[in-house]
Formats: sequence, structure tokens, C-alpha cells
Amino acid sequence: MRYAYYPGCSLHATAVDYDESTQAVARALGIELVEVPEWSCCGSTPAHSTDEVLATALPAKNLLAAKTVADEMAVCCSACFSRFKFAQKHLEEKEELRARIAEILPVEDLEGMKVRHFLDILARDVGLAQITQAKQRDLDLKVACYYGCLITRPPKVAEFDDPEDPRSMDDLLAAAGMGTVPWPYKTECCGATFSLTRTETVVRLSADILAMAKEAEADCIAVACPLCHANLDLRQSDIERAFGVQYGIPVFYFTQLLGMAFGLDRDELGIGRALVSCDELLASKGVA
Amino acid sequence: MKHVLAQEKLRPDALESVEGLSGQDVRECYQCGKCTAGCPIAADMDLPPNQVIRLLQLGLADEALRSRTIWLCASCETCTTRCPREVDLAAVMDALRNLALREGVRPTVWAVAFFNRTFLSIIKRYGRVFEMELIGRFNTGSVVGAGAQSTWAAIKEIARRLWKAVYYPFMDALKAPKLFLRGRLKLLPSLRGRKTAKAVFSDVRKLESERGGDAS
Repeated sequence: MRYAYYPGCSLHATAVDYDESTQAVARALGIELVEVPEWSCCGSTPAHSTDEVLATALPAKNLLAAKTVADEMAVCCSACFSRFKFAQKHLEEKEELRARIAEILPVEDLEGMKVRHFLDILARDVGLAQITQAKQRDLDLKVACYYGCLITRPPKVAEFDDPEDPRSMDDLLAAAGMGTVPWPYKTECCGATFSLTRTETVVRLSADILAMAKEAEADCIAVACPLCHANLDLRQSDIERAFGVQYGIPVFYFTQLLGMAFGLDRDELGIGRALVSCDELLASKGVA
Repeated sequence: MKHVLAQEKLRPDALESVEGLSGQDVRECYQCGKCTAGCPIAADMDLPPNQVIRLLQLGLADEALRSRTIWLCASCETCTTRCPREVDLAAVMDALRNLALREGVRPTVWAVAFFNRTFLSIIKRYGRVFEMELIGRFNTGSVVGAGAQSTWAAIKEIARRLWKAVYYPFMDALKAPKLFLRGRLKLLPSLRGRKTAKAVFSDVRKLESERGGDAS
């Protein structure tokens, strides 16, 4: 299995642990990830809030670069994933926009190019049987799988899993021997893009998610997006201060949890880079 | 909020732009309010999302363009996913933001628009996000920028900062060294995507100026 790999800005900065664990898990499963040559930012929310042409051209240009290495592109950040899928859909459906982008980029070359979230690749291309096979040890953890917004929404764009009750991450972690908790906040919004601009909003929304994970008696939260991780982990101390509560819930990328089940080394998976410490939890479960 | 329907306030041209940009027919909406019920930000908004659509239906696009709602929308896509009439409300919000900027309507939530501008100027220059500069420019610029807009805006921004400072002492400044020690904060920008982004920005600008030429 060979995919073009688009890390996106976060995975080369604050979410370097997501990049490390993704590459380690891919290696363990025999997936070849080839980084998109000279990739740039997808434009994210600032681009689609500002100008539709820019918001479509940035992903399109990167997809063209991806096509030089493979016909399918793996994306880990749900926000980048969403921008690529939207760009493809808009180029397909909006004739006027397509004509304008065609003036600057060979859009017809994008036909047949597929964009896939890494979670989707593990769930559907690799499959649960191979995940179970790769398992080296049982992690006695109860995980709250948090999918966030853009990995499944809107379903016509994301084309992945159920938008109200997704299960792919739960199934993957269960196949790797972990327990997952049923909880109703799998796809609630954490406030994502407003971490700097509207911190109060992010604190309020993310507090609800942490509280619900605690109520569901989860040991930790698994995420598949660097923005979700930032709001739940990086902002967790702000949330605790604002509401006078103590959560101390470690937040992992789902790839980190899989990697631990595959018996990979902590350092290889970037474990310990998060602000909320997972040492106590892992030690109590006998995971070195 | 009270809205007055008057002939001189109607903006059929703006409605046409919003529908063109979003690819949505706002008349499809039958005002059930499901979008507002599921919106995580609705409590902070001056207009609930369904009322933004209602204003557009009535032809009062200017009021929608001047609402705080369009800038507070987090693009979480919950409304779009749940709408029983399949109106892509998140696309309408995007179209309204795009149009507000194009028409020079002053963004009612200044910090969000300023963040977007700063973010885009950084990726235009480096190709990829450089977080240190983004956070630094946003945090220093939002007070100064609000002041340039109006004294009242500056006072509100400073009050917001003070409120934050009480609840979260030195919030982001204290986090930087922790992130740095964990290898998560870069001191220099990566320039490896610069050529890619630069080409897109200059091509898009060329397209815009051609369109501007057509119009005149």
C-alpha cells in the first residue's frame, strides 16, 4: 500500500507527536507514506472565510503535487482533510469556479485522485483483522473516542463513517485490544479554529467534552485531529482553572494508542509531548 | 432583534451573490430551527443561524452581512449535516463572509477577521503556518488594530484581555516554553512549501485583477 502523505502545518509543529506516531504505525503495518513534495498550507478556515478561489486553489495545487507520487493521498489533520475534500467537491459541482481555477491550474489532472483520512485508511484499507494481528500487547485502557467535526461532516463531503455516531476509531482500538466507552459527545465541536480568537468559547465547549468523558468513566481520550488535541490537551489547564475542576485526562492521538498496542517504543510515538501527563495512567496499567 | 422591512433596504443583488457563491437556494429553508438547535456557538451569536437565512429570504442581506453571527460560525458543519431541507448553511456563512470582505463591510468580530488576515499573510510569505509569528502578531496586533477601528473597540478588546488575564494568568506566554521543551514549537519558519503557496497566491491575484478589469 502506497499513499502520498500530506502532513499539514500542525503535524510539523505543535502536533509533531501525531506525525511521529502516524509514521511509526504505517511502518509497522507495511504502509508506505511518501510525503507530498513541497506541500504548502491548505489555507484552512482563514482561506475559506476569505475567498473561495484561494480556498480551492491551495488544496488543488497540493493535490497536483501529491499526484506525482501516488493516486491516493493520506491526510491526518481533519481540518486539512476537509479542505481537500471540499475543494474536490466544489471543482466537480461549481462550473464557474472550476472554469476560473482551470485558468491557473490543470484541474482535469485531478480526476481520479483520492483524498483519505488516515483513520479511514486503517479502518477500510488495512482492516480490523490485520490490526488484531499486529497487536503485541493488551492495553487495559478505557478510551473515549473523540471524532470531532470535520472527519465525518458534512457526510456528502467527508464520505466517511456516521456523522452522528461514528464507530471506526472505536472498532480500530477495540481490534487492538483496548476498551472504548459509549458516550454522546463523539462529534461535538471543540471550538477548533477559535483557540486564539475566542478562547472563552473554546474553553466552554471543550470543558463539556472533558466533563462528559469523565462522566463516561474514560481513562483517556483518543483524537484524530491536531486542533481537537490542542483544545483538549493544551487548553485543559485553562479549562480546569476557569471552572475550578480537576480533570487530568490524558489525550492521545489514536495512532499513539495503536502504536503502544503494537509494542512500539514510547519515543517513537511521541508519547510525553502532550501537556497533560499520561505517565501515571500508563504506569497504573503496567505500560512502560 | 427587530428588523424593518422597507423597499430601500432590500438587496436582491447581494442575495444573488450569496446564492451564487454558496450554490444554495435559501428559499428551500422552512425555518424549523434545527440548525440553531444544534449550533455549538448559537448562544454567543446576535442572530441565531436560522434567522440569518430568514433575513436573506426577506431580502435583508445587509443585516446578515453586518451580523456577528457570520464571524462567530466555527464551520463545524453540524447545521449542514442536519438540515432536513439540505440547505448547506455553513456554505451560506462562508459566502456571507466572502461577500462582506468583498463589499468592504466592517467585520463585526474584528479579532476573527484579523486572525484570518494574519494567517493568510504568513502562509503567503512562508508557504506554511509559522505559529510563533502567528500568535505573536495576533496577540500584539489585536489590541492595536481594535484601537485603529474605534476607541470603543479598543476598550472592549482590552477588557477582554483583562478578563482573560484574570482567569488564565499569562495563558499562552506560559505555554510557549513548555511546548518548546517538548519539541512542539519551532523558532524558525519552514520554507519548503514557499514556492507552492507563492504561485497560488500570485495566480489568484491575477485572476482577481482580471475580474476587476471586466467589471469596470
